[in-house]
Amino acid sequence: MPKPEEVKYTKTHEWLQLGAEAIAGISDHAQHEMGDIVFVELPKVGQKLEKEKPCAVVESVKSAFDIYAPISGEVTAVNGAVTGEPALLNQSPLDAGWLFKMKPSDPAEAAALMDWAAYQEFVKQSAH
Amino acid sequence: MNSAQKTDNRLSIEKSVPGRRGLKVKNPLRARASVPPGLKRKTAPRLPELSEFDVVRHFTRLSRLNISLDTHFYPLGSCTMKYNPRFNEEAAALTGFAGLHPLAHDSSAQGTLELLHDFSARLCELCGMDAITLQPAAGAHSEFTGLLVAKAYFEAKKENRSEIIVPDSAHGTNPATASMMGFSTVNIPSGADGRLNVEDLKRHLGPKTAVLMLTVPNTLGIFESNIEEICRAAHAVGALVYMDGANFNALIGLVKPGDLGVDLMHLNMHKTFSTPHGGGGPGAGAIAVKKHLTPHLPAPTVKKEGTAYASNFGDARSIGKVKAFFGNTAVLVKAYAYMLAHSAEELGDIARCSIINANYVRSRLMDIYPSYSKEYCMHECVLTPGPDMTAKGLKTLDVAKRLLDYGFHAPTVYFPLIVHESIMIEPTETESRETLDEFIAAMRAVRDEGLADPQTLKDAPHTMPVKRLDEVQAARQPNLRW
Amino acid sequence: MYIPHTKTDKEEMLAAIGAASFEDLIKQVPSKFLRPEFKLPAESLDEVQAAARMGTLAAGNKLPLSFLGGGAYERYIPAAVKAIISRGEFLTAYTPYQAEASQGILQTIYEYQSSVCALYGMDCANASMYDGASSFAEAVRAASRITGRKKILYSAGVNPQYMDTLKTYFAHSPEYTYIRIPHRDGIIDAAAMAALLDDKTACVAVQTPNFLGLIEDISPVAEMAKKHGALLVAAADPVSLGLLSTPGEYGADFAVGEGQSLGLPLSYGGPYLGIFSCKKEYLRQMPGRITGLTKDKDGKRGFVLTLQAREQHIRRDKAASNICSNEALCALSATVYLALLGPEGLKELAEANAGAAAFAAERLASIKGVSLKFKGPFFNEFVISVPTGAARLREKILARSGVDAGLPLSPLYPELGETLLVCATETKTEADILKLERSIRENL
Repeated sequence: MPKPEEVKYTKTHEWLQLGAEAIAGISDHAQHEMGDIVFVELPKVGQKLEKEKPCAVVESVKSAFDIYAPISGEVTAVNGAVTGEPALLNQSPLDAGWLFKMKPSDPAEAAALMDWAAYQEFVKQSAH
Repeated sequence: MNSAQKTDNRLSIEKSVPGRRGLKVKNPLRARASVPPGLKRKTAPRLPELSEFDVVRHFTRLSRLNISLDTHFYPLGSCTMKYNPRFNEEAAALTGFAGLHPLAHDSSAQGTLELLHDFSARLCELCGMDAITLQPAAGAHSEFTGLLVAKAYFEAKKENRSEIIVPDSAHGTNPATASMMGFSTVNIPSGADGRLNVEDLKRHLGPKTAVLMLTVPNTLGIFESNIEEICRAAHAVGALVYMDGANFNALIGLVKPGDLGVDLMHLNMHKTFSTPHGGGGPGAGAIAVKKHLTPHLPAPTVKKEGTAYASNFGDARSIGKVKAFFGNTAVLVKAYAYMLAHSAEELGDIARCSIINANYVRSRLMDIYPSYSKEYCMHECVLTPGPDMTAKGLKTLDVAKRLLDYGFHAPTVYFPLIVHESIMIEPTETESRETLDEFIAAMRAVRDEGLADPQTLKDAPHTMPVKRLDEVQAARQPNLRW
Repeated sequence: MYIPHTKTDKEEMLAAIGAASFEDLIKQVPSKFLRPEFKLPAESLDEVQAAARMGTLAAGNKLPLSFLGGGAYERYIPAAVKAIISRGEFLTAYTPYQAEASQGILQTIYEYQSSVCALYGMDCANASMYDGASSFAEAVRAASRITGRKKILYSAGVNPQYMDTLKTYFAHSPEYTYIRIPHRDGIIDAAAMAALLDDKTACVAVQTPNFLGLIEDISPVAEMAKKHGALLVAAADPVSLGLLSTPGEYGADFAVGEGQSLGLPLSYGGPYLGIFSCKKEYLRQMPGRITGLTKDKDGKRGFVLTLQAREQHIRRDKAASNICSNEALCALSATVYLALLGPEGLKELAEANAGAAAFAAERLASIKGVSLKFKGPFFNEFVISVPTGAARLREKILARSGVDAGLPLSPLYPELGETLLVCATETKTEADILKLERSIRENL
């Protein structure tokens, strides 16, 4: 399980663990704001993702949220467990609740993502 | 106690007994039915097998689990839950109306056509508009029809306009309808007094503006006092003004929207014109328009030729059909029956008494439930829990749920969105002062109780057939059928 | 008229408000707009007078012995159905926003959804839509959304009003193309369909019994559609399903229908009931409200509106529906009607329809100059060819014999020549049908 400070963040509250096969999910802050998550729709393996474009959907009781690709690349694996048990996103957003793995097409894109300190500051700022 | 509850909880299918029969169909022509075996269904549908009495008792018991207008005060803001006269029901059920096939020849349908014709004329007069279609099935469907008409109007003028302006106090259906039609929505925030700021509006109006959608009075129960100027500004850039007539109960017989400068508007029969809501439908709508939009109304409408009435399918400028057949005619018959029961003066009494009732409730509650607006309201008012309640962690939802225990349906809550923790109360004109007094007393008691023991409100309702329901489980493991 | 306030009430309430007069309350309305002249009757009618007026208007409709069908069917409505839907607790409630106070409506909708699934052989159903036409339009839209394709193939046997409504709904989306699959002997021309079908096709929309009354074998159509990744949208009359193969059996992805057939009056076009159902993999693409079973906090069974976020999800597509209301009271009628009939009663009802139509077809075909247009099996309506102008003939029979012999089809299907669509439901007796036969013979 990556620690919160070991991953990068987007302004739309996704996290990304860098690597040859990057892993993506939603931040703890995001799951908290969404409330009880009841449904997850994942991208397909092999699907090409474009940075900052919607690629998955997460639903709470009253609202639907688009999940955006943190960087561009190709989906290599998806977490089937969360489709069967969406509560995993609430319980363990950075571990059992990961959403998909991807092969980055341009790893340099990750430079634009926030680190943990910057993300915390961003969340604090957004609260105002 | 337990066994009775268990019985009440069962689905009809759980009461089913193989071989038990309700209705039988004995028409001797049955014997002549011959469907090729390959085209027949393979298994019988899994429907309950019950006696007629089983069925009647089952649904009668279910009915008693509902709070309804007939049984309870139902101050649901923006929904105009007024008394549904039984005469209207009886009129619509007359065989002559109910038995008429939608493809009937005009010569068979003279009664209904005359009714629709007369009703159309009266509604146009009431609204100060020139023509009307009664085809839309509901409010949102009316909006959709109205925007189609607007679109056709601009297309005929060869103008390409892509924007709909909607104030932030609008009904949620307004932007949804706009986007469904491929328009982009421009949201304008309301001013501090809850009204549209004309200068602000002017900045947003332009050659791209197709329609300004305005609810009058708005969802805060406030009349747009600058409406004339608003319409003039919209017209100056060639845009149309659409009035969402969901709140027409506040204006009926008092103000003609056409006089205000509105180009088109909708009406809800199930609000202003007293037809029942039926647990969520059916309703019926209408779109009334000024002369310049008349050619684009959906077909068919009714025209009078000499002494006879005929369906009028319009011409190529009509937007076509928005619904199979003529519209929700049975609902229109009920609304017409309601119309007959009112003179012009009596129609005005509807608006007057709905306004008096709303202000009465507002004035007797605003000391503890602050009112969003500092001025008198029209037919509904928007209140919020007081700071003392908020300090105890009490929310609008808690008030709503506890009111059920006091024998009242909850007001509309969390709408309009621009008021935090809003409680939107629309008493309607058919509620007596005594009922309002009881409601006011209940609202005050709920507040006192909540301050003394917040948990009682948090756990409410306590006396309904069920307690607060697990919506998360319902959505995570959908169980949608037997 | 229905206002309880006395003059004293009003005065005292205004005093309690602190307003000097009613006019005080509406100062926000510019006075120039107040009290316009209304050219409306100065006197209202009391209930006696209103009853007389409504009675006169109702009598102004001359209800003939009618053999009209074409998407709306004359049905006997059981007294128990009328009694249940007249109960104020159902009639005068609103959308179940407060679930704890609306368990009656919610459970009814759950039972309605279940009954629809049972009837259509589908996995899930919504709480209903405006009418068959709107359900059909929404199903086609959903199919397009799922496949990401914009080409719609539809059978010539789909109710033309459904297609009109679909086209009006999506008139602003010019990227959609609608291609009609021609009919051959009144049913889908499979060879023509094969030629039109390709990997850009979103769905094949069919109807059986089709608008011409014929029962189609949809299984091969479904097979063909599937090969191209196109979905199958099927419209079917619910009563016919007491007897006929279900959309689920022949592989429909979406199944819709006009629920008027299930215990609702004709009422010149509405309110009716849009039946909408689909396979479970498309649950999230289903528009409209849905009721689900859950538990309350004491563990007791209860019902709620559920999957509400789904609507927004669907709305990501700009052209999605704004229509979220259901026809709860009409759905209640259908649920009670189906519960009264049960599986056996429904089968009897379907047989009565098929039998009455079979007898009518046999009698009319015996008239010289009249023939059945198509040879295929039909359910409760069929097409006859007549020697002279069908519209004139219908008017003549109506005027002289008080019988509406059926719907002239040439405005909708010019290729069929002079024809009438004739329908007979369980309400028709042998004597009625013989009267129809006689009236045609006498007026040819």
